[in-house]
Amino acid sequence: MTTLNPNMERNLVTAANDAAGETQAKPYVNPYFAAILLGIVLFLAFFITGSGLGASGGLNRILVVAEDLIAPGHVDNVPYLIDMAGGDRNPLDNWIVFLTLGTVIGGFVSGWRNKRIKVETVKGPRITRETRWLMAFIGGTLMGYGARLARGCTSGQALSGGAVLSVGSWAFMFAVFGGAYALAYFVRRLWY
Amino acid sequence: MAPFPLNLTELLGHWPSYIVYLVIGFAFGYVLEIAGFGNSSKLAAQFYFKEMTVLKVMFGAIIVAMVLIFGATGLGLLDYNLIYVNPTYLWPGIIGGLIMGFGFIIGGFCPGTSLVSAATAKLDGIMFVLGVFLGIFLFGETVGLYEDFWYSSYMGRFTLMDLFNTGVGPIVVVVVIAAILAFLGAEMAEKYIGKMPLAQFGRWRYSAAAGIIVLAFVVLFIGQPTNADKWARMADEQETRIENREIYIHPGEILHLMEDPKITVKMIDVRSETDYNIFHVLDAKHIPADQIQSYVGEFNLEPANTVFMLMSNDEETATEAWRTLIAESVPNVYVLEGGVNNWVSIFSDKEFVTSAQVPDHAADTLAFAFPSALGSRSPAADPNPDVYELEYESKVVLELKRGPASGGCG
Repeated sequence: MTTLNPNMERNLVTAANDAAGETQAKPYVNPYFAAILLGIVLFLAFFITGSGLGASGGLNRILVVAEDLIAPGHVDNVPYLIDMAGGDRNPLDNWIVFLTLGTVIGGFVSGWRNKRIKVETVKGPRITRETRWLMAFIGGTLMGYGARLARGCTSGQALSGGAVLSVGSWAFMFAVFGGAYALAYFVRRLWY
Repeated sequence: MAPFPLNLTELLGHWPSYIVYLVIGFAFGYVLEIAGFGNSSKLAAQFYFKEMTVLKVMFGAIIVAMVLIFGATGLGLLDYNLIYVNPTYLWPGIIGGLIMGFGFIIGGFCPGTSLVSAATAKLDGIMFVLGVFLGIFLFGETVGLYEDFWYSSYMGRFTLMDLFNTGVGPIVVVVVIAAILAFLGAEMAEKYIGKMPLAQFGRWRYSAAAGIIVLAFVVLFIGQPTNADKWARMADEQETRIENREIYIHPGEILHLMEDPKITVKMIDVRSETDYNIFHVLDAKHIPADQIQSYVGEFNLEPANTVFMLMSNDEETATEAWRTLIAESVPNVYVLEGGVNNWVSIFSDKEFVTSAQVPDHAADTLAFAFPSALGSRSPAADPNPDVYELEYESKVVLELKRGPASGGCG
């Protein structure tokens, strides 16, 4: 046989691109398709375990481990931290930690399969990389603070609580969107 | 009893049960990544009406999950009482939400999406995650300054059904229709502001929209099980427990439990207000039997080491209240053996027991004539456990709690 099977040909091309560092990232999926998948994941989480999804709780507990290593006495003096790590309590002994770990692994595997793992900084055209990093850090700090104050983040409070029709979660969701829309105009140079 | 959610700890053991969460987290992270949520410019575009992926994916996931959840509870597969519904702390939630909204547009992520971004080696995502750690740290250090506010406007397990005083079905239908309208609006924004060709979203989305509206009406049509429906499903098994008297706890065991620092005993007096005022056990909370169902949400939020002890004058009314609570999946509910009458006859002095006894008292009425309404001031209301040598058979066994006591951010 002299002609290459088309599949093989494509594989060769991809391999050549990989070698040349021209890996083509696959496009993101249709948002409605993603919505349905995410809805099913969220439903299964509630159906099997009785609770929804989350992220900031897991980060919180990982942080508490670090605090407990550096300053165990301090953890035992702050009521908010004692709950998680006071005395011989292990802050990692909680389902949310494993959910968070799974989220990181899932994101990595998807990025790897779809060729989107790339060391880069996603930013608007008018700002430098350093500005973007600083803004990401400041935004993250606000997010982390707000998420603890509101007892939940976009996933644990808005998505999960929204699906099971909690009033507080709906109020929270409108507040997040409201806050972001209110400020968007003033920081538009960050993005466009 | 509805088979779901599963009691994972009982099924798999403590640490192995976490594997389930690892798998769910994996699916969560995977879906976030393929949706494009690891990319901050895609997320930020939402707030300039250029690309509405955030709204579509979030609101879309909410309505899909909601319809499936309430379809499952309607069919009796899933128990809504065992599902974690974020308790409402209204103002801390709103203020925290506004701060997060600012963080969202400045930083370009929310905590979950930043994890996915960092996992795919985006440097802005990594910086954001570090910022989140700092924010959480600062919260831990400063919440003590305004703790009163943080615990304020607490409304417990408060749902849209409670707010609008209606059933699950109408809420589900309205939320689904509102979401579809929001998607229409979002597509208009994408078309005119984002200059995006809408054909890329596929014609199938119209069928999907029609499909979810139909499902919402199915949820409305099948409705949700009432307390009687739930009881009917478990009656066989539970009536046997009543017949075998497994649920009736001797006063001696109650005194013993109250001494146990690892257990919280909540005494609930389901009698009339008059009887309660005449005599009640110290710390017993008065909840008339016909109102007990409205306390289910509150009881289900209590820690796993809480034992609920129901009492009426004899046992009849308390047993009926027991059926109501058991049908609603409240864990560790028991009934005071022999009721308040038995309690009074054990813990009052002999003279009072013989002189004050009402001959042939009607079923479930007070068997003693108290000289005045003593409430909990009678010595029998607060017996000293060291004085009494009571023989009893221990019956209380703490159940492993199904369903978590905290949400994804606790």
